[in-house]
Amino acid sequence: MKQYLKDKNFRAGLLITGIMLCVILIGLLWTPYDPNAMSGSEKLLKPSATHLFGTDNFGRDIFSRVIQGAGATFLIAAAAVAIGLVIGLIIGGLTGYYGGVLDEILMRISDTILAFPSILLALVMIAILGKGKYNIIIALGILFIPSFARIVRSEVAKQKNTDYVRNARLMGASNMRILFLHIMPNIVPVLLSSVAIGFNNAVLSEASMSYLGVGVQPPDPSLGRLLSEAQGYLFQAPWYAICTGLAIILLILGFGLLSEGMGGE
Amino acid sequence: MTYVLKKTGVLIISLILISLLAFLAFQIIPGDPTTKILGTDYTPERAEALREQLGLNDPLPARYLSWLKGLLQGDPGISYSYFMPVKDVMSGKIQVTAALSLLSWVLVMLFSIPLGILLARFEGGHFERAGIVLNQVFMAVPPFFLGMLFTYLFGLVLHWFMPGGYIPFSQSVPGALGYMFFPALAIAIPKAAKTAKLLRSSILNEMNKDYVRTAYSRGNSRWAVLRDHVLRNAMLPVITYLAMSLADTVAGSIIVEQVFALPGLGRLLLSAIGNRDFPVAQCIVVIIAFIVVFMNYLADIITQYVDPRVRLS
Repeated sequence: MKQYLKDKNFRAGLLITGIMLCVILIGLLWTPYDPNAMSGSEKLLKPSATHLFGTDNFGRDIFSRVIQGAGATFLIAAAAVAIGLVIGLIIGGLTGYYGGVLDEILMRISDTILAFPSILLALVMIAILGKGKYNIIIALGILFIPSFARIVRSEVAKQKNTDYVRNARLMGASNMRILFLHIMPNIVPVLLSSVAIGFNNAVLSEASMSYLGVGVQPPDPSLGRLLSEAQGYLFQAPWYAICTGLAIILLILGFGLLSEGMGGE
Repeated sequence: MTYVLKKTGVLIISLILISLLAFLAFQIIPGDPTTKILGTDYTPERAEALREQLGLNDPLPARYLSWLKGLLQGDPGISYSYFMPVKDVMSGKIQVTAALSLLSWVLVMLFSIPLGILLARFEGGHFERAGIVLNQVFMAVPPFFLGMLFTYLFGLVLHWFMPGGYIPFSQSVPGALGYMFFPALAIAIPKAAKTAKLLRSSILNEMNKDYVRTAYSRGNSRWAVLRDHVLRNAMLPVITYLAMSLADTVAGSIIVEQVFALPGLGRLLLSAIGNRDFPVAQCIVVIIAFIVVFMNYLADIITQYVDPRVRLS
């Protein structure tokens, strides 16, 4: 952690992500207005002191809606990354530790999957699973497995011939114990960077899919859905789209900087 | 030559696998297409006749082979939504997506290569620092949000183009390409930022090598070293990246077409998924997947052509 803090990118990423997460956390308990409260007399108001980001076509407070949407987007991203990470850890750990034919086959498959634009694969998965919040979590989670499996595999393969692993083996530790209790803690630093990239991709994918109308469905909130609603009022209320978009950019930028600061791509 | 042959073999196997996976992916979706096509005219007899006509009663391998044969001959089945050949549903749409993604690909190259070189050239200065910060921000902007900003700024405020007023190629080629400029720009900017960053770090990486020190010691300026010695080596990873990024611009156009109401493959794919029109969706997925695999193949071939070391390793 200390070495990361010396990195400018990491500090900037930590600041942006920290602020966004604080806002999201506060938003779970309290928002300036009820995100769904309509008001006939306050339609399409410009940003002002009373409504920080203005109001939408139903007179709803956009600031409150963006906070709520950012929270939903963040939770979807977290769930998708968690699915990808856990399954990726198991697959990557086992293939990296044992190697062999299965390892070859699984890595070829993951290479092929990684070569494809993720939005295309996500659309295919949505076509199979159907639209909706939970399906997009599953689709993105499955799509993230190969990248996590790949990194875990190469790290485990690197670690398995080190002295501390041999030592543990001599002391009679079982393979599973070595893999999950001795090796795994040592690859956490490398994984943190790919988790940040995962969040970065997940936020972008959720926003894209929900914007296209195949992700989160009304009345559930999300940043992508807000943008697709905002598009209809681009002329009367450009601040709607701009404020929502800025929230997406800040989330993506924050995670991107974090991963870069931790030595990711 | 053996390298090219080997890669071509892998390409063919990948293409077959992709077609098989795309076919199977859309077969596991439950539901009977005949109820959708017949609608209120549904009777069990008609459904049975239709199933026979569409070949849905054949065993799976036979259906795959006949679909693949049709695909290769340019006739990949019947659309469930329109009940006409998929190729007629798709006609004209491929050109839109192809033009849009090629245009944005060209823009990526036009922006990223000079920018990457300039960032490396002015390393350590204010220009570089400002450039890197801006670059990082542009990398984080989703293309469709950029598209919305362009629609607002250049379409609604400045009236440089009519949002939603796409002119088909058949009416006016310059008109169509002109309308595509802003969508292409929206796809290109985040991608160009990533490419410029890659080129910059690739150049700076080369700058530490021995041959660069030798070139400096002979009295060359930084600019001359960069242009005559470093650039051709630093371009190698970037060429591969650019070849593969055509696939990303195709994927980007799926989303951005929606923002600008462009009648391309992306919009068709979304409506096909929405209407559960699987023959159309399957065909589009296969086409895009083929483009991806083929561009990766080309990237491999080009890389080994410009850098023979790849062939030997």
